[in-house]
Amino acid sequence: MDFLVVDHVTKNFPAASGSGETCVFRDVAFTIAEGEFLTMVGHSGCGKSTLLNIIAGLERSTAGGVVLSGRQIAEPGMDRMVVFQNFSLMPWMTVFENIRLAVRAAFPGWSRAQVNACVQRWITTVGLGGSESKRPAALSGGMRQRVGLARAFSTEPKVLLLDEPFAQIDALTRGVIQDELMRMWTASRNTVFMVTHDVDEAILLSDRIALMTSGPGARLAELVEVKLARPRRRSELIDDPEYLRLRTHILRFLVEGSGQGGSHG
Amino acid sequence: MRHDRARVMLISLLLGTIFVGAWQAAVVRQPKGKGLPGPAAVAVEAWETLRHPFYDNGPNDKGIGLQLGASLGRLVVGYVAGSAVAIMLGVTLGLSPVLYRAVNPYIQVLKPVSPLAWMPLFLYTLKDSGQSAILVIFMSSLWPTLANTAFGVASIKRDYLNVAAILQLGWLRRLVTVVLPAAAPAIVAGLRISIGSAWIAIVAAEMLIGGTGIGYFVWNEWNNLQLTSVIFAILAIGLIGVLLDAGLGRLSRALAYSE
Repeated sequence: MDFLVVDHVTKNFPAASGSGETCVFRDVAFTIAEGEFLTMVGHSGCGKSTLLNIIAGLERSTAGGVVLSGRQIAEPGMDRMVVFQNFSLMPWMTVFENIRLAVRAAFPGWSRAQVNACVQRWITTVGLGGSESKRPAALSGGMRQRVGLARAFSTEPKVLLLDEPFAQIDALTRGVIQDELMRMWTASRNTVFMVTHDVDEAILLSDRIALMTSGPGARLAELVEVKLARPRRRSELIDDPEYLRLRTHILRFLVEGSGQGGSHG
Repeated sequence: MRHDRARVMLISLLLGTIFVGAWQAAVVRQPKGKGLPGPAAVAVEAWETLRHPFYDNGPNDKGIGLQLGASLGRLVVGYVAGSAVAIMLGVTLGLSPVLYRAVNPYIQVLKPVSPLAWMPLFLYTLKDSGQSAILVIFMSSLWPTLANTAFGVASIKRDYLNVAAILQLGWLRRLVTVVLPAAAPAIVAGLRISIGSAWIAIVAAEMLIGGTGIGYFVWNEWNNLQLTSVIFAILAIGLIGVLLDAGLGRLSRALAYSE
């Protein structure tokens, strides 16, 4: 059954010139099954982060809508947790307090001890034991995003929305955290919608990859199925012919095909 | 850094010594009992006053401790009330850009009014000089905190409010865990300006209302031509001002955060 339905969503922004509107993307339609990991890849400006915000309820679509397990999305909610590119941790709170804020909100019936135990478990899961009382400013980008992931996973949302979660993390750490994300997702099997422009990351993590043409007026060009067995290992994937085929296909699309804009359909 | 610090202290002490020396030199040749008192006379006065800070010989003769205590008491009541109103109003305005713009012209007109200008209205309405003085402090505590809070809340990063929205925090929890801590540095900066202007206003207000307080003390000593006491009171007012500011400076450091 279709779990998350993105139903012909169009987004216009007021034009930079001041009059009229510019279309960021139009008529984007796809569905995500429960437990599926779907990643959207496209150039900057194709509106993929905007679409993620619309699913999150933080922005409104110009036309079309998003339906999550039968209910139309109108506003933000606990069933859709976002992991932000810039982490968006509360800088005046410690690591522990940041996660606790989310756990408390997600499980209002829990006792203080239950909440604290849950927070501590997630801190351990993401390998931040010992940094509980540090503030985000004292952490590296990678550690901050571990907090962001723990905060999101700890609330057990129906859908995880990952907005270029590793873009601001150095390349070496990125791989490690991608592996951690994969491990956490394998255990929880949340439905995930991720946005990225890192092709390797998309193939490594996703069940399907949505390719967007370039904006303005971007469209969903293609949904690519990733038929690679899980668990996937970076070291083994490099030599896998299917991996190479996918990688070439997507890169070729990004280099050649995505510029065709709306005409591609 | 450490080297600099020693140098700063040395220059500071040197300047102080030069000032006090020049002052003493200027007054040493004037006939006794006339002209401005010198630093030695003020020091003697200070010693005498500080030995018995809390004596009470009736309405016109009280120790400096009692006078400062009376002023600080008014300050606390007026300042706490003014700050509470300013923060509540500031948060409301900061969260609503439309209301902010609608109310802002009135704030701009009222802000530059000396809090003492309200005194006649307060005296007329309340018919109580003590309460009127507290209201003057209330007025002088209001504007800097109000303006800073509204600005601080209005410029909270969208990301933090987005997280609060996703977590569907209720308005009270959102206020306590997100809005106030995010705007805290701006709010405390306002509180710090406010307490300075409130402490400035209290002296003038007490000169007008009489009775008790350090402002009244200064005016009373002027009427008695006790300039040594006036100079000592000036120093005392300055030192208390420093302490008040240092207290809020500490609060400001405790609530500061870096991204």
